[in-house]
Amino acid sequence: MGALNHKFNENILITSLDKLLNWSRSGSEWYFQFGLACCAIEMMSAAAARHDLERFGAMPRSSPRQADVMIVAGTVSLKMATRVKRLYEQMAEPKYVISMGSCANSGGPYWQYGYHVLKGVDQIIPVDIYIPGCPPRPEALLEGLMHLQKKMREEHVLEKKEV
Amino acid sequence: MTEQEIYSGLRGKFGEKVLEFMEEGTLNPTAVIKADSVAEICLFLKNNESLQFDSLMNLAAHDPDGESELSVIYHLYSTNLNHYFTLKTHVSRENGVVESVANIYRTADWHEREAYDLFGIKFNDHPDLKRILLEEDWEGHPLKKDYVTAEFYRGMRIEKVK
Repeated sequence: MGALNHKFNENILITSLDKLLNWSRSGSEWYFQFGLACCAIEMMSAAAARHDLERFGAMPRSSPRQADVMIVAGTVSLKMATRVKRLYEQMAEPKYVISMGSCANSGGPYWQYGYHVLKGVDQIIPVDIYIPGCPPRPEALLEGLMHLQKKMREEHVLEKKEV
Repeated sequence: MTEQEIYSGLRGKFGEKVLEFMEEGTLNPTAVIKADSVAEICLFLKNNESLQFDSLMNLAAHDPDGESELSVIYHLYSTNLNHYFTLKTHVSRENGVVESVANIYRTADWHEREAYDLFGIKFNDHPDLKRILLEEDWEGHPLKKDYVTAEFYRGMRIEKVK
């Protein structure tokens, strides 16, 4: 190795670019808080001291530009749906969506008579992880985030994300 | 003052504009008044020395059965004298018009906009009568019982997904 011999012994780590990027991505799931209904209370609880989302590197962001994950927590009314779509479009790639709770998954209790409710946020934006529950407990949100981490670790940089 | 006494006073002052008094079968004794005299009656109730109804607790609209007239209900309270009174007025289903009380009770501003949004009742002389909950381009007034849900709104499906 000539000149480099013994110079970086303990400071060089050999890995693939995929692994490095996926590791850093999955360790910093900054989420865009989208509290629309009671699910937001559970999301706040998950972020607070007892469940402590931040040990996953997940911290709440109020701007779509700074966020990696959008957690749609609550009932998406048709009026809000246009805003949800727009804010999703403003997020920088790579971006992920977690649909939290029955309302965001399918309309929930507003399934039949909700004249103003979008029946599932996946009608307007692609969803990566669905979390069932009405509302889901913070543990369920944690598991959803861990599933998303798993999904992130299996990605390849050069492959385009399927939507 | 009791509701009966207040009603008698109103009847004496406004005559035919006060239609009837309902005591049986309602939670709050209610005076039914004409839609085009709501403002002047409210102004009187607010400014009269022995009534002093300075607070409009709630303004609600109601569709009883999807066929007969809509109604607007006013729940008044006097913080000074600690007494209550309820007014009610009827309007036609299509293009019903009521006098606005938004300039008398500031509470009524958003309440009237809500009644307009969800029931289509128009309020004369309202400072800014537009939809408050639904989008500006929404069609119809959903809390009317003959409202039919559209299939799509801006390309998003509303009806039950099969």
